[in-house]
Amino acid sequence: MSYENVSRHVLDNGMVIILKEVHTAPVISWWVLYRVGSRNEQAGETGISHWVEHMMFKGTPRFPAGSLDRAIDRAGGTWNAHTWLDHTAYHATLPADRIDLALEMEADRMVNASFEPAEVEAERTVIISERQGSENHPSFWLREEVQAAAFRVHPYHHQIIGDMADLRTLSRENLFQHYHRYYMPNNAIGVAVGDFDSDAMLARIRQYYGSLPAGKPISDIQAREPQQLEERRITVEREGNTSYVQIAYHVPAATHDDWICLSALDSILGGPSGPGGGEIGHRTSRLYKGLVETQLAAGVSCDLSMTVDPYLLKFTAVVRDGRNHAEVETAIDNEIARLQERLVADNELTRAKKQAHAAYAYSNETVTGQAYYLAYSENVGGYQLFLDYPQRLAAVTAEDIRTVARRYLQKEKRTVGWFVPIGPRPANS
Amino acid sequence: MALLTLPSSQDITRQQLPNGITLLVRENFSAQSVVVTGMVATGAVNEIPEKQGLAAFTAAALMRGTASRDFASLHDDLESVGASLQISGGMHSVSFGGKCLHEDTPLLLDILQDALRSPVFPENQIERLRGELLTGIQIRQQNTRFMADRRFRELAYPPAHPYHRGLLGEAETIGQITQEDLHTFHREHFGPQDLIVVVVGHIETDAAIRLVSDALSDWANPHQRRTPELPAVPYLNAIHHQSQVIPGKSQADIVLGVPGPLRAAPDFQASRLANNILGIFGMYGRLGLEIREKHGLAYYCYSHLAGGIGPGAWRVIAGVDPTNVNQTVRRIRAEIKRLREELVSPSEMEDSRSQLTGILPLQLESNEGVANTIFAMERYGLGLDYLLTYHDTINALTAEDVQRAVARYWKPDGFALAVAGPELREAIDTSW
Repeated sequence: MSYENVSRHVLDNGMVIILKEVHTAPVISWWVLYRVGSRNEQAGETGISHWVEHMMFKGTPRFPAGSLDRAIDRAGGTWNAHTWLDHTAYHATLPADRIDLALEMEADRMVNASFEPAEVEAERTVIISERQGSENHPSFWLREEVQAAAFRVHPYHHQIIGDMADLRTLSRENLFQHYHRYYMPNNAIGVAVGDFDSDAMLARIRQYYGSLPAGKPISDIQAREPQQLEERRITVEREGNTSYVQIAYHVPAATHDDWICLSALDSILGGPSGPGGGEIGHRTSRLYKGLVETQLAAGVSCDLSMTVDPYLLKFTAVVRDGRNHAEVETAIDNEIARLQERLVADNELTRAKKQAHAAYAYSNETVTGQAYYLAYSENVGGYQLFLDYPQRLAAVTAEDIRTVARRYLQKEKRTVGWFVPIGPRPANS
Repeated sequence: MALLTLPSSQDITRQQLPNGITLLVRENFSAQSVVVTGMVATGAVNEIPEKQGLAAFTAAALMRGTASRDFASLHDDLESVGASLQISGGMHSVSFGGKCLHEDTPLLLDILQDALRSPVFPENQIERLRGELLTGIQIRQQNTRFMADRRFRELAYPPAHPYHRGLLGEAETIGQITQEDLHTFHREHFGPQDLIVVVVGHIETDAAIRLVSDALSDWANPHQRRTPELPAVPYLNAIHHQSQVIPGKSQADIVLGVPGPLRAAPDFQASRLANNILGIFGMYGRLGLEIREKHGLAYYCYSHLAGGIGPGAWRVIAGVDPTNVNQTVRRIRAEIKRLREELVSPSEMEDSRSQLTGILPLQLESNEGVANTIFAMERYGLGLDYLLTYHDTINALTAEDVQRAVARYWKPDGFALAVAGPELREAIDTSW
């Protein structure tokens, strides 16, 4: 199957392979994305996907700990991994003539990661340190509590890093079982973008991955978040000197027809959304005008993610010194109400579409970025979600935006969180 | 297979405009975008201590309104076409970086010249910006990594040195900077002299030269002052340390370092290679292996070499559980001592040489990567054919060169150490 110079293949063991030739520079990016993230975690094992990601860098019998880091650096490459709500993704970008290194080591660690007990214990403190680093930022505490209040049932409830209690108690066996359950070719998406011939690349991928055994099929999670029927409000009081407001509305999954309309809404309210959107400013957005220009907030953002299951549209504002939470919350509400009452002006919609076009072009200028978006969108509903984004956004009308604003941005479907800074607590508290 | 064509005098066009501007252009028609990057030759080094943060404030205010565009229309013009432009004040320069689809290059350059040449610093916008800057200061006061670095600079550089001070100012100084201060700073320090502009991307060289000339060649500022000579920075021969308590934090941040080499220093590349071995190669180098991998003490522990116009810091940065501060500091010191006292192994030399040379295809993949590389060639006087001899330069470095560079900057028991985070149960221990 081929679409916009992108081809999709399925190996006999079920591994999905997506290829795109880009011959502008002698580099290739290789991604392996597993369909497992914090979404697949149960109470008592939160953070396990992320911890397994860390253990994947601890070596295999063939490539001992540290040897992979050194091999990639020696080759002049970069590599990394991240864990998200719906996936765990690994990538390496290398000079084109060195890409076999990435193909080989990624195949090896899909099935042979060691999980040495001593390494697990050493990594426990590293991961706890990572969480402590996040805890140093007030916005982390607020995000954690808002998300927990917004989801009672669905595992989007907890943070990807996991709860501290679980990070202290998860065992090597827990981690190893998680790895064995989810790391297999039939739960993986491999994406290569760069300077190669597709037939030759597919043959090399078959060579490394074709013989890996398929694992037991994974049944999808059953949890469905019940409809929220009343507004939820939380307050986080911690040491600090700055106030924050976060408001999160339940919105549908990326495959829902309304999602692209919400993405347009996100662009109008908060600035360019979608692939590559972060490169463009947001000072013409409604929230910036309504909150920052009016000197209520020092910063404001609106955040919509492409997710497998229904997730959240989040508004976050930094309350400006001398102003208060209620004023900021009201200002956000006013912007939402305006969107629900009146149609977006033509020039605003035209701007959002041109921005999406430019951002998409920018996102296509590095092989790493393209491979990431292809892998990500394949997991949530098909790689075409990325390729078609500008065209789908171009079809959104002002009526569509008003409709989704009315449908989803209702008070009873939201969680409101305030971070209230307090002075130092007594030392023994 | 695509060939890596290193940017060089063969495909970079360099022109000097009569008013002192240096323009560099490289075409890349495989991309749809055009990137414009560069600098004005002024920065925090031009401030007086009482006006700390003035350069950054002025730079941030340039896009708040000009003689021909108010704030709204300036950003509307930019964002309506999906273009971006940032201008920010640094220590030695006010840098700018813009990006647009190729058809919008005239617009991007027009907005750039408008912001650089004709800002009006409208009062209501300045007050708004001031509030944002003050809130930013509040937020940074809660940021353990930022505050550890802030305290580190105060310890590593003498009070008279601009590096001793923060780039972004303090609440007291930002609160007192006036609209007139901004006008004055702009009038006295912004001008075409020593300005660098680099254009890379989907544009023909002649068109780029014409557009930049149209935008900037008639800019003159006879009042433009040169950036001052920096006062000398002594090597640190003793341990200077300080810890700052920030209540309610979970993690302590450590910054341990010394004033490092200039980018133009003869031993810069040897220092860079040493830094790569110390805290970068193979996921954070020797520090990562010892502190993160072997002992699980930190999520991050790496080293960084600034290497700019002045003696920027050579630092180790770590985020650790507060109970592990002393143990981490001891292990960091042991690794620096080892680097100073023992020759690095041939395999480590080869690893880092291979990385520093092999990374070029990735660095030069994007328009931004090429533009930043060309900018550095010009800014640090490396020459347009710098990359053609780069492999030879790196491959000629010896273990002795590395050891000499480390010994030059890192004296035995001479460093600055700052820690920011929750109250420590035990005092910082600087004994071995």
